[in-house]
Amino acid sequence: MTKVKSLADLKAMREKLQSSLDIREKAENPESLVQIKVAMATCGIAAGAKQVMEHMMAKAEELKIAAVFTQTGCMGYCHAEPTLEVRVPGKDPIVFGHVDNDRADEILTKYVMNGELVEGIIPVNYETIDK
Amino acid sequence: MAKYKMHVLICGGTGCKSSNSLDIIENFHTILKEKNLQDEVQVIKTGCFGFCEKGPIVKIMPDNTFYTQVKPEDVRRIVEEHLIKGRKVPELLYMNPENKEHVADSKHMDFYKKQIRIALRNCGFVDPENIEECISRGGYEALAKCLTEMTPEQVIAEVKASGLRGRGGAGFPTGLKWELCAKNKADQKYVICNADEGDPGAFMDRSILEGDPNSIVEAMAICGYAIGASKGLVYIRAEYPLAIERLKIAINQAREYGLLGEDILSTGFNFDIELRYGAGAFVCGEETALIHSMEGQRGEPTLKPPFPAVSGYMGKPSNVNNVETFANVPVIITKGAEWFNKIGTEKSKGTKVFALAGQINNVGLIEVPMGITLREIIYEIGGGIKDGRQFKAVQTGGPSGGCLTAKHLDTAIDYDSLVAAGSMMGSGGMVVMDETSCMPAIAKFYLEFTCEESCGKCSPCRIGNKRLCEILEKITDGRGTMEDLQELRNLAAVIKDTALCGLGQTSPNPVLSTLDNFWDEYVEHVVDKKCRAGVCKKLMSYVIDREKCIGCGKCAKGCPVEAITRTDYTAPGHKLASMVIDSTKCIKCGACINNCKFGAISIQ
Amino acid sequence: MINLTIDNKPVQVPEGTTILKAARMAGIDIPTLCHFELDGMNFENKPGGCRVCVVEVKGRRNLAPACATDVMEGMEVLTHSARVINARKTVVELILSDHPNDCLQCEKNGDCELQSLTKRLGIKEIPFKGATSTYRKDSTLSVYRDMDKCVMCRRCESMCNKFMSVGALSGVNRGFQAVVAPAFEQNLGDSSCVNCGQCVQVCPVGALTLVDNISDVLKAIADPTKKVVVQTAPAVRVALGEEFGMKPGEIVTGKMAAALRRLGFDQVYDTDWSADLTIMEEGTELLGRLKKALAGEEVKLPMFTSCCPAWVTFYEKNFPDLLEYPSTAKSPQGMFGAVAKNYLAPKLGVKREDLVVVSIMPCLAKKSERAREELAVNGDSDVNYTLSTRELAHMIRQCNLNLNDMPDEDFDSPLGQSTGAAVIFGATGGVMEAALRTAYELHTGKTLPKVEFHETRGFDGVKEATIDVDGFPLKIAVVYSLSNARKMMEQVRQGNPNGYHFIEVMACPGGCIGGAGQPYHHGNSEIIRKRMEAIYREDEGKPIRKSHENPEILAIYEEYYGEPCGHLSHEQLHTHYFDKSDKVEATK
Repeated sequence: MTKVKSLADLKAMREKLQSSLDIREKAENPESLVQIKVAMATCGIAAGAKQVMEHMMAKAEELKIAAVFTQTGCMGYCHAEPTLEVRVPGKDPIVFGHVDNDRADEILTKYVMNGELVEGIIPVNYETIDK
Repeated sequence: MAKYKMHVLICGGTGCKSSNSLDIIENFHTILKEKNLQDEVQVIKTGCFGFCEKGPIVKIMPDNTFYTQVKPEDVRRIVEEHLIKGRKVPELLYMNPENKEHVADSKHMDFYKKQIRIALRNCGFVDPENIEECISRGGYEALAKCLTEMTPEQVIAEVKASGLRGRGGAGFPTGLKWELCAKNKADQKYVICNADEGDPGAFMDRSILEGDPNSIVEAMAICGYAIGASKGLVYIRAEYPLAIERLKIAINQAREYGLLGEDILSTGFNFDIELRYGAGAFVCGEETALIHSMEGQRGEPTLKPPFPAVSGYMGKPSNVNNVETFANVPVIITKGAEWFNKIGTEKSKGTKVFALAGQINNVGLIEVPMGITLREIIYEIGGGIKDGRQFKAVQTGGPSGGCLTAKHLDTAIDYDSLVAAGSMMGSGGMVVMDETSCMPAIAKFYLEFTCEESCGKCSPCRIGNKRLCEILEKITDGRGTMEDLQELRNLAAVIKDTALCGLGQTSPNPVLSTLDNFWDEYVEHVVDKKCRAGVCKKLMSYVIDREKCIGCGKCAKGCPVEAITRTDYTAPGHKLASMVIDSTKCIKCGACINNCKFGAISIQ
Repeated sequence: MINLTIDNKPVQVPEGTTILKAARMAGIDIPTLCHFELDGMNFENKPGGCRVCVVEVKGRRNLAPACATDVMEGMEVLTHSARVINARKTVVELILSDHPNDCLQCEKNGDCELQSLTKRLGIKEIPFKGATSTYRKDSTLSVYRDMDKCVMCRRCESMCNKFMSVGALSGVNRGFQAVVAPAFEQNLGDSSCVNCGQCVQVCPVGALTLVDNISDVLKAIADPTKKVVVQTAPAVRVALGEEFGMKPGEIVTGKMAAALRRLGFDQVYDTDWSADLTIMEEGTELLGRLKKALAGEEVKLPMFTSCCPAWVTFYEKNFPDLLEYPSTAKSPQGMFGAVAKNYLAPKLGVKREDLVVVSIMPCLAKKSERAREELAVNGDSDVNYTLSTRELAHMIRQCNLNLNDMPDEDFDSPLGQSTGAAVIFGATGGVMEAALRTAYELHTGKTLPKVEFHETRGFDGVKEATIDVDGFPLKIAVVYSLSNARKMMEQVRQGNPNGYHFIEVMACPGGCIGGAGQPYHHGNSEIIRKRMEAIYREDEGKPIRKSHENPEILAIYEEYYGEPCGHLSHEQLHTHYFDKSDKVEATK
């Protein structure tokens, strides 16, 4: 182990290690982050929700979007899997259906970053999945 | 490096460990591997979450799912349902005792809602055996800041400005204590961490050491820099093996990383820490007694002055702070005194950790801002009184605190308001009592503890507390008189006024506060020879209602001392003669009541 | 200077004064129980534990212990407010509630500080009834322990550990069962105890008392087959008077001799006589060692005195590697016993076992020294009984005598005549001074220009000097308290860096005058000072002031021993020491 030799060293080390705690740090204050819930029931998994989630997580990191990804059970839109709910701080949550990798990118770049609506919105008037 | 999607935090504190949390961890590893999820889900053994009554605790991140009382066999369901399919396992979620609803997410649990976690910031969050997790949470940045950007005087000024007061009980201003020690020039000084947590039921220091030992290592080094000491000593109870182990790991890792030892962060500052083990004597929490114990002397307090800041360990200037106090220090340095200052009341800043116990729904360790009311703690965080019973009293401050009542529920609690109410902060014990508690018996219980733990040095504590105990025993045995109550009050006041150390000066608090707040109950014991709570066995008698007794004789069969015999009276409508209890033989064990299916036996 | 008021009376005292002392300066005597100080003798016990001296300090939350609270500018102290009186009485009542009330039969009846405190506070009744703590009784040949009476003042512990560095007694147990005891509940006799008895001297109550041998002596006197002779140590004559209401420092040599005769002793002799004999032997031994050293021979220096039995036991237990350093000369008590049994008995025409030798000592360790096996022949000790000064006083009263009424009488001959050199054995530095007077003249053959050696006098715990003995610089040291003695022995272990030749050691404060068998001084060091003054007064009044000029001493060498350190004196007047370190190991 190399020793920490200065404050800068320490900060660099923190930076490097930060991501390992990301998931926990973000959970501390989810309301201030983009919350993305991916439906991960059998139908969702079958439709590729897992891959989409992984792709989207990588993309969000690339775009430096502070987002917290959680899995949730069936949202009831089996016809439109994979589905996910996106909640941008200060806005109502929106559910997107038929999300593949491309649409996922679009959601991030257009909706999350610029507030533009993209295709695939499932219009609902519902309470969020988890209270 | 694996890119984890989820973290599973499992409590590895003493409490959860003893209810198999290590098996739970093992099962997670096995099942995740079986499902090929070991690279997606990280399993972390953390320190205590505080919600010990419902342990073992498993928390899933990032969705804050809080599973309680998890058994090793529940792990498969959590993995298959929650981790794979995103469906929370409802039976394992915390249930709100009032509306019986499951709470999906710890953010919405009343237990955590009102808490502000400063001292406990990393407990239940990081792996305490991995310094890197601590560093990625900003650990040791406060030390680095002190060493590279601040003079010792500035460090002391910051701590002073924060208003931090000693969390061990007396509430002495920490910054001032540091300043006094810094002023004394000596070839060697010592930073001493008091981890001799002696209050029965209090375990915040243990939790911090188990859950976040690095914060203590860091804070002690900061203190060493501020006062000019190169040696730190942790006086820790030998009964805390896990805390000792974690602390050792933290010390070793800090040394490896150059955050402890010689030339820390290349600044030329040297500081190292050694552990010293105590046998858990209550009085050794008093700083002079603690120092004597570390020196190999009899663990008893000596008069101050001289204060340890002038002549402490081995006659050298020493600064003694307890674990919780130290845990606050790094945060004060990184976030600033002003930030800390905003939390709390005018004279008591920041938060306080309490060990919530007794007849309350949510038992556990909580950290709340100073100035919170007892009502908020008991009814919101604590979830109210168990089984819907009535609140009667809350005892704060450990065995030498006082008992407060309903009239104190809305008092904003801090060091000074608790003393004014006849109790004290102490190290943060908080025992909630309902109507099944007998106050004279409670006072006696605490006095018995202080009698045991008195060092015996000064007469008021050595003999006086024994006499208090004896008078209380007389009262709870039904032999008390009104004169005894007078004597009790006078003696308690004299002990408080004359005892040598904090232990003796506070030991009569349970007596005085219960006399003040529950006078009627004392009078009932001595005049009516009654114990309304039904606790004092000698004041109870078991009586069979001969009209209700059908004469089945089951009570007599179950009586261990053959105190129940048959009478020659048969109640109208019954075939057999009724039974009767010989009160001179009865040992009040209660077996007969449990055996009687007809409700014919009662306690009077 | 600090200005404060005590009981509304303005007082001005130096900074660092305690409230207790400030009050005493102002004529207000705050009662104490645990606090104990020997002013100027480096002993203080200030645990602040008894809480009897509590006073009210304006602005302070609780009462303050006056003994341990320093005065501060503008302080307002109340020593007898209702709050203080109630607290003080309650505290003493508590102490009494855990104390056997057998005052009438207690050894300390009349000398007990708790008893006088109870009287002073007007306590008529103890409101607290409850359990009392009881402990196993324990005794050595010198000290009797009844810890049921212990009030945890810790004076004995401070004395044993700090002043003496013996470490036999310490606080054990917690809470109500807390008590002062040897480690592991062993017997005091099996501990590192050296029987100095200073724990008894400072005990405020009857928890630590002496082992009383009065009845043994009365029985011997009553036995017609026995001839009973008595010897009296130098320090007794300057303290015994205190027991009979005389002022401290009154010299009662003649009255004491008269009283002893009336008590029924057949012959009344003087340990001072054998002190002169000791000087002859010890002085000659010193000169012998010095001569050898000058001749380049291997010899153990510094030589230590060996008169003090607590000191002898101390080095046997703690410095078994240095047993060849102390003089082999027996103590004056031991020498007297040897002379009495070997020389006197045939002279008086009795068998040695029919001659009962009683010694009157200021000391409790002498009771244990007396019983040493090597100081006996066929089980018959050279000295059969040892009584302390206090026991002698008891005996005198018991036998319907009053010392004040006694005429002045002389000691019997031939073991009764003594010099000024012998009487100063009773004070720290005295043995050294006596030895110097003789060694100087024997070595140089010249008469000392001045008899007094002021370098060795006074209450300093460690005194050092270089004496010019006709051109030879003799390096000496005089210490009292075994903690100071320990430092000297440690220096010897380190090769004697200061080059001492001769070191005098006495265990007790100020030497034998402050011995554990002396009347209780209750911490009043002025009493010990007066005794010392008396010792030197007695010296000055003596016609002969050098041991080697004592005609009775010269006569016995002429008639019996031949020469100092000769064959017969080696046999009878010298002794040897034993490794007793196993007792200390057991304690540690």
